[in-house]
Amino acid sequence: MKVRLKVWRQSNPGTPGAFEEHETPDINPNMSFLEMLDVVNEDLASKGQEPIAFDHDCREGICGTCSLVIDGKPHGPHQGVATCQTYMRSFSDGDMITVEPFRAAPFPIIRDLVVDRKAFDRIMQAGGFISVRTGNAPDANAIPVPKIAADLAMDAAQCIGCGACVAACKNASAMLFVSAKVSHLGLLPQGQPERQRRVLAMVEAMDKEGFGACTVTGSCEAVCPKEISLDFISRMNRDYGRSLLQGEPGRKAGASDEA
Amino acid sequence: MKFITRLWGSSLGKKYLMALSGIALWFFVIGHLLGNLQVFLGPDKINTYAAFLKSQPGLLWGARLGLLAMVALHVSSAISLTNLNRNARPQPYGHPRAPFGSSYASRTMMMSGLIVAAFIIYHLLHYTVQTPAVNLTGVDFSEYQEAVGTTTRHDVYRMIIIGFRHPLVSLFYIVAVGLLSLHLSHGLSSMFQSLGITRWSKTGRDCLARTAGLITFVGYASIPVAVLLGLGKEVVK
Ligand code: HEM
Ligand code: FES
Repeated sequence: MKVRLKVWRQSNPGTPGAFEEHETPDINPNMSFLEMLDVVNEDLASKGQEPIAFDHDCREGICGTCSLVIDGKPHGPHQGVATCQTYMRSFSDGDMITVEPFRAAPFPIIRDLVVDRKAFDRIMQAGGFISVRTGNAPDANAIPVPKIAADLAMDAAQCIGCGACVAACKNASAMLFVSAKVSHLGLLPQGQPERQRRVLAMVEAMDKEGFGACTVTGSCEAVCPKEISLDFISRMNRDYGRSLLQGEPGRKAGASDEA
Repeated sequence: MKFITRLWGSSLGKKYLMALSGIALWFFVIGHLLGNLQVFLGPDKINTYAAFLKSQPGLLWGARLGLLAMVALHVSSAISLTNLNRNARPQPYGHPRAPFGSSYASRTMMMSGLIVAAFIIYHLLHYTVQTPAVNLTGVDFSEYQEAVGTTTRHDVYRMIIIGFRHPLVSLFYIVAVGLLSLHLSHGLSSMFQSLGITRWSKTGRDCLARTAGLITFVGYASIPVAVLLGLGKEVVK
């Protein structure tokens, strides 16, 4: 089969980009979307043209590196599937497919379809961690974890941090991502010591990056390759509200915030 | 201090303010509806009710100022968050995008809200301030008085009937309460999430919000519709 691509090309963050059309060489319908791009790039290279830059790593749906907005939908036509797990058999011979980068002010374009998602890393650095003792590995079952909390934490931990939620949201909001991380750690006993500090710090970092706010449209949940639930945003809001009222534990009332 | 800066300075804090002011406004919307529906019980009931409200200036002005504060809070956080949201995606997508499971109401909250705000201003001029210029009938509603014993009181019943007999005025009213219901059909559900209440599922909340929105619409729209169909036509001789 062959398809036609209308793909975003931009040589660097500073110069304006534009769509460019390419016809693919003959491709196997069982190729993944990324393999199709590989074939297109080889073809471009053989003609002495610049290949299309796109992000990818594991190609098995677990790392969150692949991105792309395919025909208007982050990660392509399917539900609960990342771009790297999307196959060309989902398209028809001769289709025109529009391929764009994730668009959000905090995700500046580096080149073509590659965007800089370090904003997510900075949010994680602000609070997406727990403190552990170094030394021997503790016994795996030493800390009892209620089954319900373990299951919910696992659901939240599914998040691979790809940024599709931001790309799909009409407000380019990162709340689904941040709430998954806040909930994943906040649900487990190991995450309790920093629970309040974490949610305050991560929300502050999220706002600082310039992501939008949630208007509960549900688009993020609908495109998430890991089907993270919107309920985690409620959970984050509750944690945030409680932390706002309680302040950070261990800090004297009225103590300077810079201390 | 950090409490205030975090409340107003963060996206989540502003959503709290929006949700709290939204629910306060919704309580008013329901109370106001129950008051208005007394128009179906005849002139005496609604005029007595109106006279009672007027006789309690402390309560009346307390409620008015409270509502004004709620509207100011709701609208200012709405504008501030909308700006944040717009700036978060300076460059739009080239390909038209599907709504990905989002409802029409959820995508048009600012628009429905702004039209409702415009309506509220008109509505206040129409029936509260009673500016003759906006009622399109050429009469001054404040001149409608009803004699009770030795005194007179404002004939609110007559004002409502004459006011809504103008089809354009009624149409604007019906469209506005329709948009308010659309706003509520998403807003009331979204509010639970903003306040971090996870007690009910999203489907349950959506269902609740849509039902509440529908009841609001049917309740408010019933008055101009009834008037257009002839309710109280005896007041025009
Ligand atoms: C009687 C009048 C109104 C009522 C009862 C009302 C009610 C509500 C409620 C309950 C919410 C949900 C809060 C949340 O998302 O947490 C809401 C949200 C909202 N309202 Fe209103 N509102 C009214 C007027 C307005 C006006 C005048 C505006 C326009 C400036 C407005 C703009 C918004 C916006 C932008 C949202 C956010 C939507 C979202 O985040 O999903 N509202 N409103
Ligand atoms: S490349 Fe790793 S998730 Fe797609």
